Amino acid sequence: MSEYLVLIYSDEKAWESSDPVSAEKMMSKMMDEHRVFGETNGAALRGGNALEPTSSATSLRRDATGKLVVTDGAFAETKEALGGYYLIEAGDLDEAIAVASQVPAPYGGVEVRPIRVFD
Amino acid sequence: MLAATIRVTGDIDVAEECVQEAFARALIAWPKTGVPNRTGAWLTTVARRRAIDTLRRRTSQRRALMSIGVPEEPSPPSESELPAIADDRLRLIFTCCHPALSPETQVALALRLLCGLTTSEVARAFLVTESTMAARITRGKKKISTSHIPYRVPVASELPTRVDAVLSAVHLVFTTGHTAPSGADLMRRDLVERALDLARLLRALLPEDGEVAGLLALILLTDARRQTRTSADGAILLLSKQDRSKWDREAISEGRALVRAALRVRPAGRFALMAAIAALHAQAPSWEATDWREIIALYDVLLIAWPSPVVALNRAVAVGIADGPEAGLTALSALANEGQLLGYNYLASTRADFLRRLGRTDEARVAYDEALALCENEVEREFLVRRRRALDS
Repeated sequence: MSEYLVLIYSDEKAWESSDPVSAEKMMSKMMDEHRVFGETNGAALRGGNALEPTSSATSLRRDATGKLVVTDGAFAETKEALGGYYLIEAGDLDEAIAVASQVPAPYGGVEVRPIRVFD
Repeated sequence: MLAATIRVTGDIDVAEECVQEAFARALIAWPKTGVPNRTGAWLTTVARRRAIDTLRRRTSQRRALMSIGVPEEPSPPSESELPAIADDRLRLIFTCCHPALSPETQVALALRLLCGLTTSEVARAFLVTESTMAARITRGKKKISTSHIPYRVPVASELPTRVDAVLSAVHLVFTTGHTAPSGADLMRRDLVERALDLARLLRALLPEDGEVAGLLALILLTDARRQTRTSADGAILLLSKQDRSKWDREAISEGRALVRAALRVRPAGRFALMAAIAALHAQAPSWEATDWREIIALYDVLLIAWPSPVVALNRAVAVGIADGPEAGLTALSALANEGQLLGYNYLASTRADFLRRLGRTDEARVAYDEALALCENEVEREFLVRRRRALDS
């Protein structure tokens, strides 16, 4: 068995631009979908969380001299940002895809990455 | 052999090492014991045993169990040991053609691992440099191993979506064998046979799939002309000059039956359409009596199903025959800026032929030089050189 991180990417603008009432509805629908996903795939799930939007992100890096530089925002400014993740266990990539394809991601999609194993 | 060994190791690089070692052992063993009757089976067995040893050693290292004994010397394989090579090859091609790999990587891996092409031959088949191809193959193998892309035939529900990539790979294996990208021979029979085997296997696995039927038909109908594609002295004979009585009638009738099956599935896919075009050539009693109008019409449908500059080039060739070289040149001129055709000698050689037929000798000469600069198959080069020389007389 191998572990995979299922990264949930979504378009934050699309989410923000919807009016409060439909955003509320969308949110509760999505929570239900995640609950169903969790119940269906309990055997494969090892963990998972939703993330606050990229506006809440803080990036740390070191400049050429090694000094710590703290900036606001996420590393990559892309249309779709990392919004949450599941850690799953699967026999191989096809099994991981079978689980990841059930993850609700109405404003984007998911990315599957194997967890690196160090010898 | 590699495919059977990967089934044991689950790791492509380890399997490749085991196969190399099997060849090395053969070099030592065969001069002493004589060459075995079934050389392939002998090598596969040795490679797989080597793989089992490697795995055993790894497992024992990891678990710190007792040391294993002295590895046995290979003895001739028994019948029961002979691996189900066909199944292994099919598994390997689904691994190589997994959608988690880019299409370019999929075909490159299939050619490298299933057909044993060298990296430089694969590079030429793709019109990229050898270092680009080497990097692509390495990345692909790494992704298979780190992401655990499975080594098995997909389950029925996934199968249809996974087949198209496999068909593309098999088709490229065939075209690479049908006209070798470089070397002294026009064809590489081993690749053609490998493509034909794979297409037959897929057909057995997916009897309802129109595109699988189409690809098998296309290979059969195109390869039916193999005896007539070169003259006794090895020079290229164009379709118009080939002795049609020597075409493989059995392959043609099997191919035509498959085309009918393929076209029953709607909408017709690209392989079904390409096979239908090949069938029109195969059933025409002569070059002159070929139904060029129908061929152009099929190319038009094909361009919708599969918009590709190579298809457009082939259509232009048919136009040049049906409507004359002037019309052919006009059809070609639209393709002059297609980046995908830049390294492709058939664009220049087609233009050269149209110019030659129009009596525009100087321009034809330049176009032949352009084609020669891009062509690395010696039989094709010889043909182009002769055509160019004939312009002077």
